[in-house]
Amino acid sequence: MQTDLATQLTLVFPELLVAFGAVVLLLTGTFSRTNSYAAIAWLAVTILVIATVLLIVFPQSGVVFGNALIIDSFSRFMKILTLISAFIVLVMSVGFSRSEKFDKFEFPVLILLATLGMMLMISVGNMLSLYLALELQSLALYVLAAIDRTNLRSAEAGVKYFVLGAFSSGVLLYGISLLYGYTGHIDFAGISKAFSIQELQLGMIFGIIFIFVGLAFKISAVPFHMWTPDVYEGAPTPVTAFFASASKVASIALIVRVIMSVFNSEISAKIAILQTPAVWQQIIIFLALSSMLLGAFAGIGQYNIKRLMAYSSITHMGYILVGLAEGTSIGVQSVIIYVIIYVAMTLGCFAFILAMNNREGYVENIYDLSGLAKSNPFMATIMTLHLFSLASIPPLAGFFGKWYTFSAAVGGNFVPLAVVGMLASVISAFYYLRMIKIMWFDELRGNFLTTPIELQLILALSGIFVLFYIFFGIWITSWAEIAARSLI
Amino acid sequence: MLTGPAAVFFYFFSLIMVASAVMVVAVRNPVHSVLFLILTFFNAAALFLLAGAEFLAMILLIVYVGAVAILFLFVVMMLDVGFIELRRRSFKYMPIGVLIGFLLLAELIIIFLSSSFSSKFSAVVSAPIDMVTRSNTQALGDVLYTDYAFYFEVGGIILLVAMIGVIVLTLHHRTGIKRQSIAEQVSRTSETAIEIKKVESNKGI
Repeated sequence: MQTDLATQLTLVFPELLVAFGAVVLLLTGTFSRTNSYAAIAWLAVTILVIATVLLIVFPQSGVVFGNALIIDSFSRFMKILTLISAFIVLVMSVGFSRSEKFDKFEFPVLILLATLGMMLMISVGNMLSLYLALELQSLALYVLAAIDRTNLRSAEAGVKYFVLGAFSSGVLLYGISLLYGYTGHIDFAGISKAFSIQELQLGMIFGIIFIFVGLAFKISAVPFHMWTPDVYEGAPTPVTAFFASASKVASIALIVRVIMSVFNSEISAKIAILQTPAVWQQIIIFLALSSMLLGAFAGIGQYNIKRLMAYSSITHMGYILVGLAEGTSIGVQSVIIYVIIYVAMTLGCFAFILAMNNREGYVENIYDLSGLAKSNPFMATIMTLHLFSLASIPPLAGFFGKWYTFSAAVGGNFVPLAVVGMLASVISAFYYLRMIKIMWFDELRGNFLTTPIELQLILALSGIFVLFYIFFGIWITSWAEIAARSLI
Repeated sequence: MLTGPAAVFFYFFSLIMVASAVMVVAVRNPVHSVLFLILTFFNAAALFLLAGAEFLAMILLIVYVGAVAILFLFVVMMLDVGFIELRRRSFKYMPIGVLIGFLLLAELIIIFLSSSFSSKFSAVVSAPIDMVTRSNTQALGDVLYTDYAFYFEVGGIILLVAMIGVIVLTLHHRTGIKRQSIAEQVSRTSETAIEIKKVESNKGI
């Protein structure tokens, strides 16, 4: 399907807007004589909002630049989610970056460029654009992790993320080159066709494994999770929120697209006769099982709330992969629903972490929350809602996320996965409930400063989402269904 | 498969390349290490030439030898990095590194022996190079700015991000230092630059 350039450019208009916006804001910041951080940050928020509105109002579909980008309702849906989380992160970061003295205008510009990379990641159509989009996003994230350069831990987080990320990109690239060598294609359609006409050769299997290593690193699935706790702890809190929300959405979308449009067409006599799972399914099942269990057990010993969120996100990635293991449209639908709920809960939790500041600065130890219910019942109630939702207590949103992914797994005859998932969620409930206990039943240990209005707003919104998901979840389910269908 | 003199040169350059790559890691002096790296790049360029990719060969020389390796050399000579100490610590991890390296090598050999490359891929690799009608550079340029314009642009944005990142992470705005302002220097006249004072005899200023 060849379309003329003008039509192709309208298809990627939101991406173009973000790219040009980033460059214009960069130039504005460079040439303005005063510290223009606040103005640039709000302009960046405006750009993201406009791009979101464009995506919502003008749904489009098509293939752009040969087969570099695929614009369909799945990509539209995930892009909206990424853009919303990016702009919430920017709103959250304004107060924090000023008090931590990294209020440089490059910060919103880098967030915009990383968001651009994520938007490209969500709609990639061949291995070349996959690699480029992933690098664009990762490079911006490495810099963001280290942006508070006077802080030693932030610099350490940046270096650690950079070294491991570069290594995983290398492995990914090697996998892509193996697939190219053994199939002769780099576009998803071509590779998928090569998979569907012949039994997989050993070289192709290695290609798939190497590609999964690179992608699993990005979603921090066990055993490629080692960087997560350190980077989450060291990076400035808004940046950590960005890692945990927008970046995870984009990486999950990328994995879903690669699996559904490439690996899912694998044929083999073994699958047909012996009913064994396909190669990619075996990998996904392993990643899901180990992520769920390790995240649940390792989180128990964590007293730093950001490290705790890191292990929590590892577990949640495991639950998401459970939904993906079957490789059907229902599975993808459950993944989309889970990602939405996960993003809402994560952004709420990070808004809460950003609100945890007393006179000595921002605190991160969970015992600093002691007796919060007495000093600030509003915050304690909202956070309790979020924690119950993360522990998937019905009727909160988190419960429905797991319900969909686990029922997708059960429907695809992956009952053991669902059982292990439930066990893991019982274990991880311990560290969520411990925080609730600290907030409500421990002695008061000093007050926090008043929460800025934007954080209160974000907390209230995500609280409403988590609490009342049961009433409007039905619409989200049907949107997710439309998005999932476009992939098949 | 290569035959005749091309094969001789291929094995010659490959051998030197692998040997000098080993030397990069093995030699004690970091400056020698960089020099061996340059030798590796030269041999890689020669291999590109053998494959008929003269543009890539020249780019490799200009970019990697001309810029990157020289930059490395500067860094090694100017920065006081404790290479000896680094090396001593890295020896501790040597056995496991060698083990993993050999495992990977064995796996790769198994892959290449057991699977066969796609016929389409082999056709691309062994296609004759049409040097008469247009050069390599022209052929690359033809697709780079048309079919691959999108990838080219994204590559540009990635470089922009790298540039922003370097500046954000390393630039310190120091206040109170004197900077050169050429406009100010040029616009000076004798009236603004010199102050004439009448000095009475037998007295200082």
